[in-house]
Amino acid sequence: MAVDEETVAQVAHLARLQIDENRVAEYAVEMSNVLALAETMNDINTDNVEPMAHPVHAVQRLRDDEVSESNNREAFQQCAPAVEEGYYLVPQVIE
Amino acid sequence: MYKNTIAEVCQHLANGDYSSKELCQHLLERINRFNASHNSFIEVSADSALQAAAKADELRASGSAAPLLGVPIAHKDIFCTSGVRTSCGSRMLENFIPPYNATVVDKLNAAGTVCLGKTNMDEFAMGSSNENSYFGAVANPWDTNRVPGGSSGGSAAAVAARLVPATTGTDTGGSIRQPAAFCGITGIKPTYGRVSRYGMIAFASSLDQGGPMATTAQDCALLLDAMAGFDERDSTSIDRPAENYSASIDQSIKGLKIGLPRQYFTSDLSAPIADALQLAIDELQKLGATFVDIDLENQSLAVPAYYVVAPAECSSNLSRFDGVRYGHRCESPVDLEDLYKRSRAEGFGREVKRRILIGTYALSAGYYDAYYIKAQKVRNLISQDFTRAFESVDVILGPTTPTTAFKHGENSDDPVAMYLNDIFTIPANLAGLPALSAPCGFVEGLPVGMQLVGNYFDEGRLLNVAHQYQQVTDWHAQIPAEVDA
Repeated sequence: MAVDEETVAQVAHLARLQIDENRVAEYAVEMSNVLALAETMNDINTDNVEPMAHPVHAVQRLRDDEVSESNNREAFQQCAPAVEEGYYLVPQVIE
Repeated sequence: MYKNTIAEVCQHLANGDYSSKELCQHLLERINRFNASHNSFIEVSADSALQAAAKADELRASGSAAPLLGVPIAHKDIFCTSGVRTSCGSRMLENFIPPYNATVVDKLNAAGTVCLGKTNMDEFAMGSSNENSYFGAVANPWDTNRVPGGSSGGSAAAVAARLVPATTGTDTGGSIRQPAAFCGITGIKPTYGRVSRYGMIAFASSLDQGGPMATTAQDCALLLDAMAGFDERDSTSIDRPAENYSASIDQSIKGLKIGLPRQYFTSDLSAPIADALQLAIDELQKLGATFVDIDLENQSLAVPAYYVVAPAECSSNLSRFDGVRYGHRCESPVDLEDLYKRSRAEGFGREVKRRILIGTYALSAGYYDAYYIKAQKVRNLISQDFTRAFESVDVILGPTTPTTAFKHGENSDDPVAMYLNDIFTIPANLAGLPALSAPCGFVEGLPVGMQLVGNYFDEGRLLNVAHQYQQVTDWHAQIPAEVDA
């Protein structure tokens, strides 16, 4: 499927990614080429094939609901761009 | 000293021929000498390495018997290292200092290794040439005008230039094996789930797997002994007892049945690469292996399936980079959406953005079945091809790459052309199988890699075959002239 510029803009919004306006046409061509590659899979019938969920068919392990980690908030927030009194700072969301 | 393999380093350290500190000093000098032109290291940890080496020497003097005590290595910059910047080759993580170690790093530390630094890579491991790194391209030591392969390009180039005897790498679609082939070294991608992914920055979680890169299969075995094993912190880690890979490499390969996929040995395969592989087949035959032709019928669909599954998982994984908890944050955001959009636009490079867009598209409403589910079904067919093949053979042999290392810039304008470089390596990732690349010759002065694919958890056999082959050949021992002094 050929991707048009409007679709690129829509997908970029879904991905919360700002795209340089004069690059949109380029992305449309590149995405179309990769999707054309993906569409060669339609050459083969997969009607009765199960989608593969895990390479070695493992299932999710469960564990007892016990505390296993200690509080490392300060260490984790050291790599945050903006924190104050233990909170992560973002632009105002609620008026 | 720089020519020594890890096996030899262990022997020399045990004999007291040199100390870990002397060896590390020597290698740090080599890194200083070559890194400006090769760029295989993003970060060199000279001070902490020399301290760790001195400590390893003290431990040795007091009788410690850690298996890799004092052995210098380097980690791909995708593995989190506590207190040491971990960039993943991205501007997004240019200032990211992890508060914890990846399990692989912890395990190799516990085995006694000394980390000399962090190696260059394609941004977020997305690439086949290392040209997508925010920290610049890496030179192939065999010809500095050529790429080292990717995404573990820095890890491969550093080993090939003998700046460090071994490195860690990760492999999502060939990122250990393809650079190993381009740089003339040995590397193995273990079975999915064999090596912990905890603290290994995620790209495509159902495909990513860490593994060792070194000059020989024996060294890869020594490293994998330390790296492999169950980790409760990785929900996809396989709960199986650890194996002793370095103990099984000496077995004879007499009677081993090796499959040659008809779909790999076609008239499309470059003649000099086919010739190099034929010589390797002859050597393995002399060692007692037998060869049969096999079919892997759906191989041509591996690249299309991969370039749906990998971008889809990438778009999901990389949504965590939002400019809030870690990573790059744009200046003066006007609102939350602006913060997300500009932080991500500024932090990610071109290939990463391209894959996020493709993945987001493939997962969006109305397209999910047509692309993602279709790809997962094709993935099952590719996996079934291997299952059938392993009913009659022990190991599958083929080329690692369709060509030798290409020139910088040669494939960078056409993403699809670049993606086709991974045609022989991707199938093992889709199926979750272990696969190894080892040097098997040269074409016009550039290394050629042979790939061995094994059944699930058959890493030991792959390392065994490659080690036996390396006992009767010396391709792996070749050193680029420019760095051999």
